[in-house]
Amino acid sequence: MKYMLLVYLNEQAMNDTEREECYVESAQLCHDLEAKGQYLAASPLHPVATAISVRVRDGKRLVTDGPFAETREQLGGYYLIDARDLDEAIAVAARIPPARKGTIEIRPVMEIPGLPTG
Amino acid sequence: MTENVAERIREILDTIYSSESRQVLATLIRLLGDFDAAEEALHDAFAVALEQWSRDGVPANPRAWLVSTGRFKAIDGMRRRARFDASLVELVKQLESSASDPEARDDESVADDRLRLIFTCCHPALPPDAQVPMTLREVCGLTTDEIARAFLTRPPTVAQRIVRAKAKIRDARIPYEVPSATDLPDRLDAVLRVVYLVFNEGYSASSGGSLTRHDLSGEAIRLGRLLIELLPEPEAVGLLALMLLQDSRRAARTSPTGDLILLENQDRSLWNRDQIAEGLALVERALTSRRFGPYTLQAAIAAVHAEALSAAATDWARIVGLYNLLLRVEPSPVIELNRAVAVAMRDGPLAGLTMIDAILARGDLAKYHLAHSARADLCRRLGRRVEARAAYEQALALTQQEPERRFLARRLAELPG
Repeated sequence: MKYMLLVYLNEQAMNDTEREECYVESAQLCHDLEAKGQYLAASPLHPVATAISVRVRDGKRLVTDGPFAETREQLGGYYLIDARDLDEAIAVAARIPPARKGTIEIRPVMEIPGLPTG
Repeated sequence: MTENVAERIREILDTIYSSESRQVLATLIRLLGDFDAAEEALHDAFAVALEQWSRDGVPANPRAWLVSTGRFKAIDGMRRRARFDASLVELVKQLESSASDPEARDDESVADDRLRLIFTCCHPALPPDAQVPMTLREVCGLTTDEIARAFLTRPPTVAQRIVRAKAKIRDARIPYEVPSATDLPDRLDAVLRVVYLVFNEGYSASSGGSLTRHDLSGEAIRLGRLLIELLPEPEAVGLLALMLLQDSRRAARTSPTGDLILLENQDRSLWNRDQIAEGLALVERALTSRRFGPYTLQAAIAAVHAEALSAAATDWARIVGLYNLLLRVEPSPVIELNRAVAVAMRDGPLAGLTMIDAILARGDLAKYHLAHSARADLCRRLGRRVEARAAYEQALALTQQEPERRFLARRLAELPG
């Protein structure tokens, strides 16, 4: 079963050195997950200052600066994993470095027919 | 088949239903991988039993018979539906080939099924207001109407929470498993919290007219017994002891008119001696494990009260010592308040009052009615009438519970002008 792990973290929570360490540790985690057949995809995201929101209303495209919702912790990255069940997904989430400072939201991925199988 | 035989079988089935249906359900959930399918299979199995046992007699192992019949009926039903719904074909194959023949499994794995059920119903991924109804519904077999009545909510609200919880179990794939050794302490805490919540809801209703709703307390104690039978962890033992010792005072803590009677004024001859004896033995057992926690310590405190012949004869020094330990494992202002009350009993009201004032000054318990009523009580004992009156009035303004309000109003009226 696929789970999306969304990494929420206050963007000011880490300084540059800590962020570098976080990338190294996260890359290592991805390799561990890959070795266990759990890794599907993962990436950090650029800060919310780079966020753009797009809406289409009455056929008209509305492009605005900024994230969908202003929150105390911002979406800063994601992991897409394959896990046997929720407990396994929770165990992976607990190993994501920003879990120690922010929050990892786990969302089970819905499987729908008709998608390209990449 | 005579009327008598059918009647007799119905009685046997009623007995088996109340003693075994939850175990059969727990195993069917594992075999079928779905709560709703298992529930349906359970009812089908009992319906078939009524018909077949009247004809062929009661099988040697009724529980195994019910499990295998329920599983067969479920697969059969799915096979029929698979003719119209191709997506079920694969599922039927899986269920049929899952080699685990239920009758071949030993008692240990059946006991594990009940533990699996408890841990799944109390999984932290489920909202707290769903964990309690799920546990009462699935593990204890209460109906949604019964749960709604006990928690003063509407049956549709309870039903909806249960439906959503089952959907989350399915969609997020919450496993039907006893947690691994690393996760066990945290997960057991969650289970114990649910059990104690059920107990407290029964022991002192948070609002409304009646102080005890004993059915729920009894259910929580039954759950506690089941838990230590399946998983004899020290804190589970401690929690059962705590519930038994608190429940032992049930007959003494309210007057015939439903008024609250404080521990120091209770008629101790009304305390349930059997529950106390059992509770004391369990406290001893949990304490000797040396891996005990807050439930065991609270039970140990309740045990000191249970052994005392009167409030004055209580070993308050020991109680203060236990509160000190409890504060170390679980720092909380409410426990600090209780320690202050115990200190007042050991060293006199002034010592306790100083401690309560310090807690209130921090603002932690400013909205907690028991902090103000404890303060009022100590002021009264010190002869500080004006302060006592103000504190009783503040406590009164902060509680909604009818018997508590009557108690406080009575205390207020008794204060000398």
